[in-house]
Formats: sequence, C-alpha cells, structure tokens
Amino acid sequence: MNQPAQTIERTPATEQPVLSVRNLTKLYAPSKGCHDVSFDLHPGEVLGIVGESGSGKTTLLKTLSARLAPDRGELLYLNSEQQLMDVYQLPEFRRRQLLRSDWGVVHQHPQDGLRMRVSAGANIGERLMAVGDRHYQQLRQRGLGWLKAVEIDEDRIDDNPSTFSGGMQQRLQIARNLVTHPRLVFMDEPTGGLDVSVQARLLDLLRNLVMDMNLSVVIVTHDLAVARLLSHRLMVMRRGEVVEQGLTDQILDDPQHPYTQLLVSSVLAP
Amino acid sequence: MTAMIDVQNLTKTFTLHNQGGVSFTVLDNVSFQVNAGECVALHGNSGSGKSTLMRSLYANYKVHSGQIWLGSGDERINIAVAEPRDILRLRDQTIGYVSQFLRVIPRVSTLDVVMEPLRRKGVGREQASAAAKALLERLNIPERLWSLSPSTFSGGEQQRVNIARGFIAKLPILLLDEPTASLDAANRQVVIELITEAKANGAAIVGIFHDDDVRSDVADRLIDMT
Amino acid sequence: MNADRHEHVSSEAASPEGYNFAYLDEQTKRMLRRALLKAVAVPGYQVPFGGREMPLPYGWGTGGIQVTAAVIGSDDVLKVIDQGADDTTNAVSIRRFFVTTTGVDTTEKTCDATVIQTRHRIPETPLSEGQILVYQVPIPEPLRFIEPSETETRKMHALQEYGVMHVKLYEDIAHFGHIATAYAYPVKVNGRYVMDPSPIPKFDNPKMHQSPALQLFGAGREKRIYAVPPFTDVESLDFEDYPFEIQSWDHHCDICGASESFLDEVVTDDQGGRLFVCSDTDYCRTRVEAEGVQAVASPAKTQEVLS
Repeated sequence: MNQPAQTIERTPATEQPVLSVRNLTKLYAPSKGCHDVSFDLHPGEVLGIVGESGSGKTTLLKTLSARLAPDRGELLYLNSEQQLMDVYQLPEFRRRQLLRSDWGVVHQHPQDGLRMRVSAGANIGERLMAVGDRHYQQLRQRGLGWLKAVEIDEDRIDDNPSTFSGGMQQRLQIARNLVTHPRLVFMDEPTGGLDVSVQARLLDLLRNLVMDMNLSVVIVTHDLAVARLLSHRLMVMRRGEVVEQGLTDQILDDPQHPYTQLLVSSVLAP
Repeated sequence: MTAMIDVQNLTKTFTLHNQGGVSFTVLDNVSFQVNAGECVALHGNSGSGKSTLMRSLYANYKVHSGQIWLGSGDERINIAVAEPRDILRLRDQTIGYVSQFLRVIPRVSTLDVVMEPLRRKGVGREQASAAAKALLERLNIPERLWSLSPSTFSGGEQQRVNIARGFIAKLPILLLDEPTASLDAANRQVVIELITEAKANGAAIVGIFHDDDVRSDVADRLIDMT
Repeated sequence: MNADRHEHVSSEAASPEGYNFAYLDEQTKRMLRRALLKAVAVPGYQVPFGGREMPLPYGWGTGGIQVTAAVIGSDDVLKVIDQGADDTTNAVSIRRFFVTTTGVDTTEKTCDATVIQTRHRIPETPLSEGQILVYQVPIPEPLRFIEPSETETRKMHALQEYGVMHVKLYEDIAHFGHIATAYAYPVKVNGRYVMDPSPIPKFDNPKMHQSPALQLFGAGREKRIYAVPPFTDVESLDFEDYPFEIQSWDHHCDICGASESFLDEVVTDDQGGRLFVCSDTDYCRTRVEAEGVQAVASPAKTQEVLS
C-alpha cells in the first residue's frame, strides 16, 4: 500500500508474488539471526527453509510472519484485493488482523498454537469468531468439516486438545489455521516432535491441503526429507545467511555450496 | 521440424568441496537438438555422463555454462537460468521424466501416484482416474494393488508404476532413464508400444536404453557420449 | 454528585476522631474523581487508580467503597445492598461505615437513594436520572479467563480483538446446550469496549442498557475503575442462533407473589421444603406493603423465613 509496485524488481511473470522480501535483516549478534534475505513467493508456492539449529531459520520465519520487527529490509504482501502492503509499515492492528485471517502460523509445539483448555471445535472456530462469525450452528458445521479434513474423529469436537495425541494436536492446529482460508501459511518444524509414522500422515495431509487450497507456504525444517516432499523451492541457511537457494530437488541432488553439500551428505539413509 | 530440445554448449562440472575441493567435468561442451516425434538414445559407457545429461535436461542438476532450451514457440524456456516456478510449470505441462527408481510418498495409493501428473495438468479426478486405470491395466499391474501404496511392490512393479506415471500426461518431452531395466519381455513390449505411440503423438524423447533390442526398436538416432 | 459542595464543609462534618469526611483524604478523592471522569468519558474502559488500604479486607468491597467515598456528599442518601438485601453483614457494615464517616442519611428504599452501593445485583425498581449505582467488582478483566497477560489484554481491548469472548460462549453451548454463563455475563458498552458487569446475574444485564442512572464500577484488589454513563448502550454478547436470554422461574415470590423479579431459593427444613423469594428485599417489602398485594405465603411462615 505504501510502496508503489513499480519500484519493486520482479521476474517477468503474469502472476504477482504474494510475498516480496527485500534485504530483510534481524540480528541479535553477528551471525545470530538472519541477514540480508531476499526472495519472492508466488501463489501456490511452497518455500522450504533448511539449515542446522541456530542458523537463523526460526528468526527468519518470525520476521517473515510479522511477529518480529526486522532491523532493516522490506516485507511486502499482496492481499487478495491486489493491494501491496508494506507489512512492517502497517499499524499494529492491521498486522494482527493479517495473522488472524489472511495468514496462518503453525507452531512446532501445538500448545503454542492451540488453546489447550477449550474444545477442538472452539479452537477451529476462534478465527471465524474473530472475523465476526456469530452463528453457532454454522461454526459447528465448519468445525466438523475441518476435523474430517484433518482426519480427526468428529466425535472429538467437544474434547479439549489436551486429551489428543501429538499428531492429532498438530492436525488440529493446522485446521485452526486453515479455517479462514489463508493465502499464506508459515510453518515452523510442523513434524518436529512426531513419530515417523505419524509424520508421514501429516505430511501427506499437508501436501494435499497445500495443493487443493493453492496455499503459499514458508516452512522451516531441518528434515531434508520433509523439505523434499513439501517444498517447491529451498533456501539453505547458515549462520544467519542464505548460502544457496533454488529448486528443491536441484539443491538436494546437486548442491553447490560447501555447506549444502555437507548438509546433504550428512543425512543417514534408513 | 521444430526442435523441442535444443542443447547448446552444455558443460557440467562437479566440485566436491568437502572432499578436498576436487573438481571434475562430466559434460564438456555438449550440443544437440531433438525434434518433435523423434526419439534419441544416449550412447556411452557407464560414467560417460548419460544420467548427468538426463538430469540436467530435467533441471535436476544445475547447469553452469551453456543453454538448454525446452519447448517450442512462446513456451520455449532456457532451464539453465529459469526460475524454479517456471521449471516446475514446465515439468507439469511439458517435460516428463521416468527415472529408474520410484520415489514413493507414504500413504499415497498407486492409482493416485499414477494420476497425479494428469491432475497437475488440470484434468478432473474422474477422467484422470480412468486414464490411470487403463494404463495400469495395460502394464499388467493387478487391480488389487491399485489402492495400495507402491512402497511394498517389487522392483519391476515399481518401475511399471513409474512408467505409467511418466506416460499418462502425454507430455511433449519425455526423458526415459532405462525404462525397461527390470521388466520381462511382455512388459518390455508394452513399453516399446507406449514409446512408439508417444512419438506418433509428436513427443520428443531422450532415452538411455541398455537393452539393444529396445533401443533399435524405438531410437531414431544415437548421441554418442564417449 | 454533591461531593464538591461538601469539600469545603468536610472539616466540620460529622467525622469522628479526626477522620476526614468519607474516610479518604481529599487528595485521594480527587485522584479517584479524575479516574472516574476518564472512565465516564470512555465507557467500559478500565482506568487504573491508586487504590488505598481500606479498613476491611479485599473482596469485601474495597473498590466500591473507595468509589462511593469519592462521590458521596453530606446531603446524599445512601443505600447499600449485598445480593439484593439491605440487611446482610456486608451491606450493614458498609452502610455503618459511611454513616460513621459522613453522617449521611441512609435508606433501604431504592427510589429514595441518591447513591446505591451494590454487590451482585441491580435493584428491581427502575433507577432514575440523578441516581448513582456503585458496583463492587472482584475481577474487572473480561478477557482474563483466556489471556493471563495484562499487557496482552490491554492490547486486545485497544485493538478490539474480542473474538475470544465468543469462544467462551461457544464452549457453553457445546458442553451444556445453551449459554450457561449465568452471572458476570460479558457485555459490549457503547459499541466499543467489552466489559465485565461484575458478578450480577445476567437477569440484570438488560437493566444496564440505556439506564438513566450513572453506573460506576470499582475493583479494589485490581485497582481498576470503569463506568457506564447514563443512557448508554449495553449489549450482552450472544450468537445469532443462541440469542441472549435472562433467567426465568416456574415460581412466583412466595412472599410478595412477584413473577418478574430475580428469585432466591431458600431451603426451609430437612424434608426438602423450600421457598422462592425475591432477592431484592426492598422491592419485596414495598410490594407487600402496597395495597392489593397480599402475601401469597402466610404471614406467619414469612416471619419464620425471614427471622
């Protein structure tokens, strides 16, 4: 909104990027945080951010998802009305509004993203109520529909998530975020604390939801298999810097940077 | 004739930074074209760079110098410098790759694996499903396996699933990496028919065929990699 | 508010043993009045104030007493009720406190009072212009149940992020089939701030809407003051398909026969005997005294119950 579109450098394409990131920097100390990150994310694109612990992945994700103001750089979001918004120039209430409606954040630990002491149905309904939905039966129907979509037994709608398994909690968190049909979803290690068998189910679910809803996603993971399965593009981070980025299978099968080569060759095959 | 594949001065070098920075060049200044309706076989010994070339054509490997133009007319793009999403669109709409091994996604059924390329092209579920069933039947995959994930299948079954997946979308460019390696004679024959039909439909095909009979049946010419 | 007029005479007021009029010193009252003015100017907004130690424990109405002390003048007529009754310990203590420290007249009649301090009820008799209703508030923050952080709840109020209030009502319907919240039922004031009306029964919520009286709320422990000025919209939150409803009873008051007042259930013996009586004692007595309304229960029984 504040930034005229023509000043932004773009690849010649018919579609405008939904998120444009320019020189985004948030450093806690030298090499701690993220430094000078730039990229475009287009509708339906899934960007994976990989790198070892402490490489700045999570800081970058927080900065990208309007939850941590950068030291410098620009974060531009194109909303569904095709208005370009400079996210960190927006008043705070607009940013928080974005996070409740147009955007979603899936946390690594479900208890950070769920209300553990209210029912599954209310967890799913909260974002709808926040944007003004005031019809109980409709909220309930949406809740049931989403439980089904994320493969949770519909009988569990009135149970608190504290009675759910880790995998169910994570799926509920996804439902809670997707219920407002966000255009942009940020995920921080969504399969992090889960068993491998539970992971597979979640990944398959995510893959289909992303495709069906044409979501744009930024996903942070240290698991290269997860990155390969879900993301179209990869960004490899090390010590706060993006050392390599490109097509996912190209990065994983033909890594160029010494660090990426090390990362890829360090994975144990089962 | 239109060249669907136009490779110009392609050079591919690998540098292993974590093994003393050793560097070796696998493809050195390779140029060739493949026209629509033409099947070209890569010929050379093991280690001569056939697979590297195939992977470069699919943008699975990064090209350092030279150009790889794929497609025709307005759709023609140079994948050596293209944006990831342009490459992904090219893979959905234009270029198919049958590798030797199937990369299995947990929990996804064989039928879904096979129909996915068609779905990505925008074909409806019903129609895609029907096409997938026909192709699986033709490749002699028993119907009772269709709803299962191919992860537990034998090597030959997995390869046939992979072939079905590669041919279903009738893409104008096909890359075939030893598509008949672990198949019996009957199924090998089906694959030869599929390739022949694809050529007749105007597909440009690049393949690696170890089987001399298959190669002589489908290939119009050889590219010598030695 | 007759207080200002009496500041000048407060030194000669009936305060015993050198206490200032209405116990608090004039500076403290001034601070409270400033907070009250701000609260009236921004209906439903919680204004922090410097709460003083009062000669009774937190939870006994320290917030309400400080507000009353700040607005009361010597020609005010004070009524104090607790759960609707004028004669319960808390009400009697607070009334005596103000008689001792101000010498004001007191009454049990709602219509005669100029200042009414209340815990947990709004009188049944409609209030009129010029009256002040002072509520004692235990927990002023309606968002507290879901958000423990004060900075966050303040931000949520500032940005009108009230979606979570409906989460609570949703939970009620999901678990009980209806909105089971029966007291401290959240309201939206003047179309802006969501407010906790203190633990009054939701039966009383409609009385707040467009009330001609000034309504002041004091939370002593949390040190917050908020207000609803006269003739202000007060809307109880609800769902389209589960609209706000007040309690109703199958019974009439066993003393005055009232069918439209808030009833208390009183167990009378060990054999399961029980009575339903008005919670508002003044309203009940006024009806009994009035011509034509005869007690439904026998006078003897009534006497038994009330003694």
